Amino acid sequence: MSKAKFGVVVFPGSNCDHDAYNTLKHILNQDTEFLWHKDSSIGDKNVIIIPGGFSFGDYLRCGAIARFSNIMKDVVRFANNGGIVMGICNGFQIVCEAGLLPGTLLRNASLKFACKNVSLNIENKKTIFTSKYIGEVKKDQISLPVAHGDGNYFCDGDTLKELDDNGQVVFRYEDGDNPNGALDNIAGIMNKKGNVLGMMPHPERNSEDIVGGHDGRYIFESVIQSLN
Amino acid sequence: MYSAKIKVTLRKSILDPQGKAVEHSIQSLGYKNILDTRIGKYIELKINASNDTEAKKITDEVCSKLLANPVMEDYEFEVINVNGAKQ
Repeated sequence: MSKAKFGVVVFPGSNCDHDAYNTLKHILNQDTEFLWHKDSSIGDKNVIIIPGGFSFGDYLRCGAIARFSNIMKDVVRFANNGGIVMGICNGFQIVCEAGLLPGTLLRNASLKFACKNVSLNIENKKTIFTSKYIGEVKKDQISLPVAHGDGNYFCDGDTLKELDDNGQVVFRYEDGDNPNGALDNIAGIMNKKGNVLGMMPHPERNSEDIVGGHDGRYIFESVIQSLN
Repeated sequence: MYSAKIKVTLRKSILDPQGKAVEHSIQSLGYKNILDTRIGKYIELKINASNDTEAKKITDEVCSKLLANPVMEDYEFEVINVNGAKQ
Protein backbone atom coordinates (compact mmCIF):
# COMPACT_ATOMS: atom_id res chain seq x y z
CA MET A 1 0.00 0.00 0.00
CA SER A 2 1.56 3.29 -1.05
CA LYS A 3 1.44 6.22 1.33
CA ALA A 4 -1.14 8.95 0.81
CA LYS A 5 -0.12 12.60 0.97
CA PHE A 6 -2.12 14.49 3.57
CA GLY A 7 -2.11 18.25 4.14
CA VAL A 8 -3.38 19.67 7.42
CA VAL A 9 -4.27 23.35 7.07
CA VAL A 10 -3.27 25.56 10.00
CA PHE A 11 -5.06 28.84 10.70
CA PRO A 12 -4.39 31.19 13.60
CA GLY A 13 -6.53 29.58 16.30
CA SER A 14 -6.56 26.02 14.93
CA ASN A 15 -6.16 23.64 17.87
CA CYS A 16 -6.85 20.15 16.49
CA ASP A 17 -4.20 20.41 13.79
CA HIS A 18 -1.67 18.45 15.82
CA ASP A 19 -4.22 15.74 16.70
CA ALA A 20 -4.92 15.26 12.99
CA TYR A 21 -1.19 15.32 12.16
CA ASN A 22 -0.42 12.78 14.90
CA THR A 23 -3.15 10.41 13.72
CA LEU A 24 -2.10 10.54 10.09
CA LYS A 25 1.67 10.69 10.48
CA HIS A 26 2.36 8.60 13.57
CA ILE A 27 -0.59 6.22 13.90
CA LEU A 28 -1.36 5.64 10.22
CA ASN A 29 2.17 6.26 8.92
CA GLN A 30 1.12 8.51 6.00
CA ASP A 31 3.06 11.38 4.40
CA THR A 32 1.65 14.35 6.30
CA GLU A 33 2.49 18.05 6.25
CA PHE A 34 1.08 21.18 7.79
CA LEU A 35 -0.06 23.88 5.35
CA TRP A 36 -0.06 27.49 6.59
CA HIS A 37 -3.13 29.56 5.81
CA LYS A 38 -1.01 32.09 3.92
CA ASP A 39 0.36 29.46 1.54
CA SER A 40 -1.02 29.76 -1.96
CA SER A 41 -0.76 26.12 -3.01
CA ILE A 42 -1.54 22.78 -1.41
CA GLY A 43 1.07 21.12 -3.63
CA ASP A 44 0.58 17.51 -4.66
CA LYS A 45 -1.52 16.41 -1.68
CA ASN A 46 -4.14 13.67 -2.04
CA VAL A 47 -6.23 14.73 0.96
CA ILE A 48 -6.72 18.06 2.73
CA ILE A 49 -7.79 18.21 6.37
CA ILE A 50 -9.37 21.43 7.63
CA PRO A 51 -8.97 20.88 11.36
CA GLY A 52 -10.93 21.94 14.40
CA GLY A 53 -10.28 24.96 16.56
CA PHE A 54 -11.29 28.59 16.65
CA SER A 55 -9.80 30.00 13.47
CA PHE A 56 -9.43 33.77 13.69
CA GLY A 57 -11.07 33.66 17.11
CA ASP A 58 -14.46 32.76 15.59
CA TYR A 59 -14.78 36.50 14.89
CA LEU A 60 -17.80 37.58 12.81
CA ARG A 61 -19.05 33.97 12.33
CA CYS A 62 -17.29 30.65 12.82
CA GLY A 63 -15.24 29.99 9.70
CA ALA A 64 -16.21 33.21 7.92
CA ILE A 65 -12.73 34.74 7.95
CA ALA A 66 -10.76 31.51 7.45
CA ARG A 67 -12.84 30.85 4.37
CA PHE A 68 -11.12 33.80 2.65
CA SER A 69 -7.60 32.74 3.63
CA ASN A 70 -5.12 32.50 0.81
CA ILE A 71 -4.85 28.70 0.94
CA MET A 72 -8.62 28.25 0.68
CA LYS A 73 -8.64 29.34 -2.98
CA ASP A 74 -6.51 26.33 -3.82
CA VAL A 75 -8.47 24.04 -1.46
CA VAL A 76 -11.72 25.02 -3.22
CA ARG A 77 -10.12 24.48 -6.64
CA PHE A 78 -8.85 21.07 -5.45
CA ALA A 79 -12.27 20.07 -4.09
CA ASN A 80 -14.07 21.19 -7.24
CA ASN A 81 -11.72 18.94 -9.24
CA GLY A 82 -12.69 15.96 -7.09
CA GLY A 83 -9.92 16.22 -4.47
CA ILE A 84 -10.69 14.81 -1.03
CA VAL A 85 -11.34 17.42 1.66
CA MET A 86 -12.33 16.68 5.26
CA GLY A 87 -13.57 19.51 7.46
CA ILE A 88 -13.74 18.60 11.11
CA CYS A 89 -15.56 20.78 13.67
CA ASN A 90 -14.34 24.31 12.88
CA GLY A 91 -13.25 22.78 9.58
CA PHE A 92 -16.88 21.79 8.91
CA GLN A 93 -17.90 25.41 9.56
CA ILE A 94 -15.16 26.62 7.20
CA VAL A 95 -16.09 24.29 4.30
CA CYS A 96 -19.75 25.33 4.68
CA GLU A 97 -18.78 29.00 4.60
CA ALA A 98 -16.61 28.28 1.54
CA GLY A 99 -19.63 26.83 -0.24
CA LEU A 100 -18.15 23.33 -0.53
CA LEU A 101 -21.04 21.95 1.54
CA PRO A 102 -24.61 23.26 1.85
CA GLY A 103 -26.07 24.70 5.04
CA THR A 104 -24.43 26.21 8.08
CA LEU A 105 -23.69 25.59 11.76
CA LEU A 106 -25.71 27.69 14.20
CA ARG A 107 -25.07 28.31 17.89
CA ASN A 108 -25.85 25.23 20.00
CA ALA A 109 -29.53 25.32 20.93
CA SER A 110 -28.58 25.02 24.63
CA LEU A 111 -26.16 27.98 24.28
CA LYS A 112 -23.68 25.74 26.12
CA PHE A 113 -20.35 24.52 24.82
CA ALA A 114 -20.78 20.76 24.27
CA CYS A 115 -17.76 18.68 25.33
CA LYS A 116 -18.57 14.96 25.62
CA ASN A 117 -18.60 11.65 23.80
CA VAL A 118 -21.63 11.05 21.58
CA SER A 119 -23.07 8.00 19.84
CA LEU A 120 -23.15 8.36 16.08
CA ASN A 121 -25.06 6.26 13.60
CA ILE A 122 -23.26 5.70 10.34
CA GLU A 123 -25.99 6.58 7.86
CA ASN A 124 -24.07 5.85 4.67
CA LYS A 125 -21.27 3.29 4.53
CA LYS A 126 -20.85 3.43 0.78
CA THR A 127 -18.59 6.48 0.92
CA ILE A 128 -14.83 6.89 0.72
CA PHE A 129 -14.99 8.05 4.36
CA THR A 130 -16.90 5.11 5.86
CA SER A 131 -16.20 2.03 3.73
CA LYS A 132 -14.11 0.43 6.49
CA TYR A 133 -17.22 0.09 8.65
CA ILE A 134 -18.67 -2.37 6.12
CA GLY A 135 -15.64 -4.61 5.95
CA GLU A 136 -13.50 -5.85 8.78
CA VAL A 137 -14.89 -3.42 11.34
CA LYS A 138 -18.64 -3.94 10.76
CA LYS A 139 -20.11 -1.20 12.89
CA ASP A 140 -23.37 0.71 12.58
CA GLN A 141 -22.72 2.95 15.53
CA ILE A 142 -19.52 4.55 16.82
CA SER A 143 -18.65 6.82 19.72
CA LEU A 144 -16.68 10.02 19.07
CA PRO A 145 -15.96 13.15 21.10
CA VAL A 146 -17.55 16.50 20.30
CA ALA A 147 -16.28 19.87 21.53
CA HIS A 148 -18.03 22.89 20.09
CA GLY A 149 -20.29 25.87 20.77
CA ASP A 150 -21.64 26.20 17.24
CA GLY A 151 -22.52 22.76 15.90
CA ASN A 152 -26.23 23.09 15.30
CA TYR A 153 -26.47 22.07 11.64
CA PHE A 154 -29.11 23.96 9.70
CA CYS A 155 -30.25 24.09 6.09
CA ASP A 156 -33.53 24.82 4.31
CA GLY A 157 -36.12 22.13 3.62
CA ASP A 158 -35.23 21.63 -0.05
CA THR A 159 -31.55 21.17 0.81
CA LEU A 160 -32.42 18.69 3.56
CA LYS A 161 -34.48 16.63 1.14
CA GLU A 162 -31.64 16.67 -1.36
CA LEU A 163 -29.15 15.55 1.31
CA ASP A 164 -31.45 12.65 2.23
CA ASP A 165 -32.27 11.67 -1.34
CA ASN A 166 -28.61 11.57 -2.36
CA GLY A 167 -27.34 9.74 0.73
CA GLN A 168 -25.26 12.78 1.67
CA VAL A 169 -25.99 12.51 5.39
CA VAL A 170 -23.04 10.41 6.56
CA PHE A 171 -23.41 10.60 10.35
CA ARG A 172 -26.36 11.27 12.65
CA TYR A 173 -26.36 11.61 16.41
CA GLU A 174 -28.20 8.77 18.10
CA ASP A 175 -31.70 9.88 19.12
CA GLY A 176 -31.40 11.57 22.52
CA ASP A 177 -27.67 12.15 22.09
CA ASN A 178 -27.84 15.26 19.88
CA PRO A 179 -25.53 17.71 21.69
CA ASN A 180 -26.43 20.88 19.81
CA GLY A 181 -29.97 20.76 18.40
CA ALA A 182 -28.82 19.94 14.86
CA LEU A 183 -31.55 19.53 12.28
CA ASP A 184 -32.57 15.86 11.93
CA ASN A 185 -29.69 14.87 14.27
CA ILE A 186 -27.20 15.62 11.48
CA ALA A 187 -23.58 15.29 12.64
CA GLY A 188 -21.80 14.97 9.31
CA ILE A 189 -22.56 15.41 5.61
CA MET A 190 -20.75 15.13 2.30
CA ASN A 191 -21.18 16.89 -1.01
CA LYS A 192 -23.07 15.31 -3.88
CA LYS A 193 -19.90 14.05 -5.56
CA GLY A 194 -18.82 12.42 -2.29
CA ASN A 195 -15.33 13.93 -2.10
CA VAL A 196 -15.93 16.59 0.59
CA LEU A 197 -16.91 15.59 4.13
CA GLY A 198 -17.83 17.89 7.00
CA MET A 199 -18.47 16.62 10.51
CA MET A 200 -18.71 18.12 13.99
CA PRO A 201 -17.37 15.11 15.97
CA HIS A 202 -13.61 14.54 16.17
CA PRO A 203 -12.34 11.26 14.66
CA GLU A 204 -8.75 12.48 15.02
CA ARG A 205 -9.20 12.59 18.80
CA ASN A 206 -10.36 8.99 18.83
CA SER A 207 -7.77 7.11 16.83
CA GLU A 208 -5.79 5.18 19.45
CA ASP A 209 -6.89 3.41 22.60
CA ILE A 210 -4.68 5.53 24.87
CA VAL A 211 -7.16 8.40 24.30
CA GLY A 212 -10.20 6.22 24.92
CA GLY A 213 -10.92 4.45 21.65
CA HIS A 214 -10.13 4.14 17.99
CA ASP A 215 -13.54 4.25 16.29
CA GLY A 216 -12.49 7.42 14.49
CA ARG A 217 -9.35 5.94 12.97
CA TYR A 218 -11.41 3.92 10.46
CA ILE A 219 -12.63 7.12 8.82
CA PHE A 220 -9.04 8.01 7.88
CA GLU A 221 -8.29 4.37 7.00
CA SER A 222 -11.30 4.35 4.66
CA VAL A 223 -9.92 7.41 2.86
CA ILE A 224 -6.46 5.84 2.58
CA GLN A 225 -7.99 2.65 1.24
CA SER A 226 -9.93 4.61 -1.39
CA LEU A 227 -6.65 6.02 -2.72
CA ASN A 228 -5.03 2.62 -3.21
CA MET B 1 -16.12 59.75 2.47
CA TYR B 2 -19.12 57.61 3.31
CA SER B 3 -20.14 55.71 6.38
CA ALA B 4 -22.18 52.51 6.16
CA LYS B 5 -24.16 51.37 9.19
CA ILE B 6 -25.00 47.70 8.81
CA LYS B 7 -27.34 45.47 10.80
CA VAL B 8 -27.00 41.69 10.48
CA THR B 9 -29.77 39.63 12.06
CA LEU B 10 -30.71 35.98 12.19
CA ARG B 11 -33.41 35.19 9.64
CA LYS B 12 -36.91 35.24 11.05
CA SER B 13 -37.33 31.50 10.49
CA ILE B 14 -34.33 30.68 12.68
CA LEU B 15 -34.66 30.23 16.41
CA ASP B 16 -32.42 32.65 18.29
CA PRO B 17 -31.53 30.92 21.58
CA GLN B 18 -29.44 33.90 22.70
CA GLY B 19 -32.39 36.20 22.17
CA LYS B 20 -34.62 33.79 24.10
CA ALA B 21 -32.21 33.74 27.06
CA VAL B 22 -32.11 37.55 27.14
CA GLU B 23 -35.90 37.68 26.81
CA HIS B 24 -36.29 35.47 29.87
CA SER B 25 -33.94 37.76 31.75
CA ILE B 26 -35.93 40.84 30.67
CA GLN B 27 -39.14 39.16 31.84
CA SER B 28 -37.56 38.29 35.16
CA LEU B 29 -37.04 42.07 35.61
CA GLY B 30 -40.80 42.38 35.48
CA TYR B 31 -41.25 43.62 31.89
CA LYS B 32 -44.08 41.26 30.97
CA ASN B 33 -44.92 43.39 27.92
CA ILE B 34 -41.72 42.43 26.03
CA LEU B 35 -42.94 39.87 23.53
CA ASP B 36 -39.87 38.97 21.50
CA THR B 37 -36.11 39.53 21.64
CA ARG B 38 -33.71 38.98 18.76
CA ILE B 39 -29.97 39.56 18.85
CA GLY B 40 -27.91 40.65 15.87
CA LYS B 41 -24.71 42.43 14.92
CA TYR B 42 -24.01 46.05 14.13
CA ILE B 43 -21.10 46.89 11.83
CA GLU B 44 -19.79 50.25 10.63
CA LEU B 45 -17.64 50.78 7.57
CA LYS B 46 -15.86 53.93 6.38
CA ILE B 47 -15.87 53.93 2.60
CA ASN B 48 -13.90 55.95 0.12
CA ALA B 49 -16.36 56.23 -2.78
CA SER B 50 -17.12 58.91 -5.36
CA ASN B 51 -20.90 58.86 -4.87
CA ASP B 52 -23.59 57.25 -2.78
CA THR B 53 -24.55 54.71 -5.48
CA GLU B 54 -21.00 53.38 -5.49
CA ALA B 55 -20.85 53.36 -1.67
CA LYS B 56 -24.09 51.38 -1.49
CA LYS B 57 -22.89 48.93 -4.13
CA ILE B 58 -19.65 48.30 -2.23
CA THR B 59 -21.53 47.87 1.06
CA ASP B 60 -23.97 45.42 -0.48
CA GLU B 61 -21.14 43.35 -1.96
CA VAL B 62 -19.23 43.19 1.30
CA CYS B 63 -22.42 42.20 3.16
CA SER B 64 -23.32 39.41 0.77
CA LYS B 65 -19.76 38.05 0.46
CA LEU B 66 -18.56 38.24 4.04
CA LEU B 67 -20.55 40.10 6.69
CA ALA B 68 -23.72 38.01 6.46
CA ASN B 69 -24.33 34.36 5.65
CA PRO B 70 -27.52 34.18 3.57
CA VAL B 71 -28.31 30.67 4.84
CA MET B 72 -29.01 32.04 8.30
CA GLU B 73 -28.81 35.83 8.25
CA ASP B 74 -30.43 38.90 6.73
CA TYR B 75 -28.79 42.30 6.50
CA GLU B 76 -29.83 45.88 6.04
CA PHE B 77 -27.79 49.04 5.90
CA GLU B 78 -27.81 52.76 5.48
CA VAL B 79 -25.09 54.77 3.83
CA ILE B 80 -24.30 58.28 5.03
CA ASN B 81 -22.12 60.89 3.37
CA VAL B 82 -20.05 61.90 6.38
CA ASN B 83 -19.18 65.22 4.80
CA GLY B 84 -22.77 66.15 4.11
CA ALA B 85 -26.42 65.15 4.26
CA LYS B 86 -27.79 61.63 4.71
CA GLN B 87 -28.16 59.83 1.37
